[in-house]
Amino acid sequence: MTGLWGLWAAVAFWVVAWALNVRLANSAYRQARAVRIGVPVLFGVAILVLWEGIVTGFGVSPVILPAPSAIAAKFAASTETLWLDFSQTVLKGALSGFLIGAGAAFATALAVDRSPFLQRGLLPIGNFVAALPIVGIAPILVNWFGFDWQSKAAVVVAMVFFPILVNTVQGLKEAGRMQLDLMRTYAASYPQTLLKLRLPAAMPFIFNGLRVATTLALIGAIVAEYFGSPTRGMGFRISTEVGRLGLDMVWAEITVAALAGSVFYGLVAMLEKRVAFWHPSQRE
Amino acid sequence: MAMKSETGKTGRLYRLSVWSVRRMANALPVLAVLAAIVVLWYAGSVAMNAKWAYAQAERAGETLSLSQLIADTQSQNRPRLPPPHQVFAELWDSTVEKKITSKRSLVYHGWVTLSATFQGFALGVSVGILMAVGIVCSRTLEMSLMPWAIISQTVPVVAIAPMIIVLSNSLGIDGRATPKAIISAYLCFFPVLVGMTKGLRSPDRMQLDLLKTYGASGAATFRKLRLPGSVPYLFTSLKVGIAAALVGTVVGELPTGAIQGLGARILIGDQFGNPMQIWAALFAAAILAGGLVTLIGAIQTLVLRRMGMEQ
Repeated sequence: MTGLWGLWAAVAFWVVAWALNVRLANSAYRQARAVRIGVPVLFGVAILVLWEGIVTGFGVSPVILPAPSAIAAKFAASTETLWLDFSQTVLKGALSGFLIGAGAAFATALAVDRSPFLQRGLLPIGNFVAALPIVGIAPILVNWFGFDWQSKAAVVVAMVFFPILVNTVQGLKEAGRMQLDLMRTYAASYPQTLLKLRLPAAMPFIFNGLRVATTLALIGAIVAEYFGSPTRGMGFRISTEVGRLGLDMVWAEITVAALAGSVFYGLVAMLEKRVAFWHPSQRE
Repeated sequence: MAMKSETGKTGRLYRLSVWSVRRMANALPVLAVLAAIVVLWYAGSVAMNAKWAYAQAERAGETLSLSQLIADTQSQNRPRLPPPHQVFAELWDSTVEKKITSKRSLVYHGWVTLSATFQGFALGVSVGILMAVGIVCSRTLEMSLMPWAIISQTVPVVAIAPMIIVLSNSLGIDGRATPKAIISAYLCFFPVLVGMTKGLRSPDRMQLDLLKTYGASGAATFRKLRLPGSVPYLFTSLKVGIAAALVGTVVGELPTGAIQGLGARILIGDQFGNPMQIWAALFAAAILAGGLVTLIGAIQTLVLRRMGMEQ
């Protein structure tokens, strides 16, 4: 009975929150920063409340779908394990692979920069490979590099390399004819033109690749763990906990993955704002 | 009269030759890079398989000459890196030589993956279009939904994959096709949402004003201006979406202990230590992805020509 009351309260909360959002979104303050952040946050909170209400109201078994409060409790109770998994998967696997892969892609793009012939060959192939399910290579790389984080980093390198390469090569072509001619009238050398004009002009493209790569890096690091890992890591924990029906732990890991993914993406987006502040997409 | 047709003919010939030269000029660099990849691959396979060849020779008490070593690395049963011809032999063997209905046929597994991809694609595209329409029509929806749609893509989908399978199993949905389709829809709805939102907003002030002077209702404006205007954007994002849907399906097959589909072939090849099978499945997935993107591209050309919007 109390459960049903909870459900009705949750529905009521959702309706009120939605009405408030409608008011806010159509009010004169809709351009204000607080409103632009507040509306989606309220929407998210309302969904969590509704989820909690449905789970308690209908008495959904925690083996199927645990309530947000139960997930939060599990999260708070097992921060140590979660941190261990996070550092194994994200810091060691995904981040190192991301840095190596981005560096390699960047270096390759610069290496083929002086050869339009190679660029014309590399671009279509790179574009094609970037659309392939490269994650499938995970078992092979785990076989080559062993179970620890090195193999996860290798999978991440393979996954992020092509999107970043293609975007960087494309970006280096972005400087306009006029701008290049101006550099020539300054008698600027090749490295000077590259450093002062073409690289800055390429930044929006490079960051486009980097942003796509952040998500791919986490996917790669987690999938690789399904093919063998030491007894820690987010992919390892998720697959074992699903087997034991410890779904609250699985959701806690998903929360960590979501937070890590969002923060990672946010950091890259913030860096982009600093570096490519002049691009129209960054101006408001 | 005769002269005119003569120049017309040479003109066409000239244009044809310009076209083919341009085509050649585009194909040549691609072929060169492909050739370089094949050479590197062969070199890599010699280097990576050499250890095993040496170990075998030592056990037999022989010493290997360079040519013997190379020959051996190119024909091992379980190489660390199979050379291209071994992969293609396996690919040929498991597509053309096997019956399509056979459990060992890649055509069969490819079909399983393809059908799940299509289901996921259909689901993802519908959700993406519906959300885009909602976002264009309602400012509240735009402000509350758009940030979450972006956040949803930063969540690694594989973390959710086992979860979706448990959920759909306990909801009484049998089979592995549905969870796979949901995972692939999760990856493919986002590009469609972004492209479609952009497309529905692509008509400019002038065009909107014109419809207003006609006294067109909101629904009519949507149907006659916004919807047709969004088609080119939609197709561009469909191409990204179908590739993403295939990636999603394969990812959905990997961690879930599937027994059918290209992802399952990779999984089983890993468990039984059969690298050729993994590589063949990877190439089959690549061919599938290429085919799907080409297919959408062809439909795009056809539809846009029909609508008089060729670029």
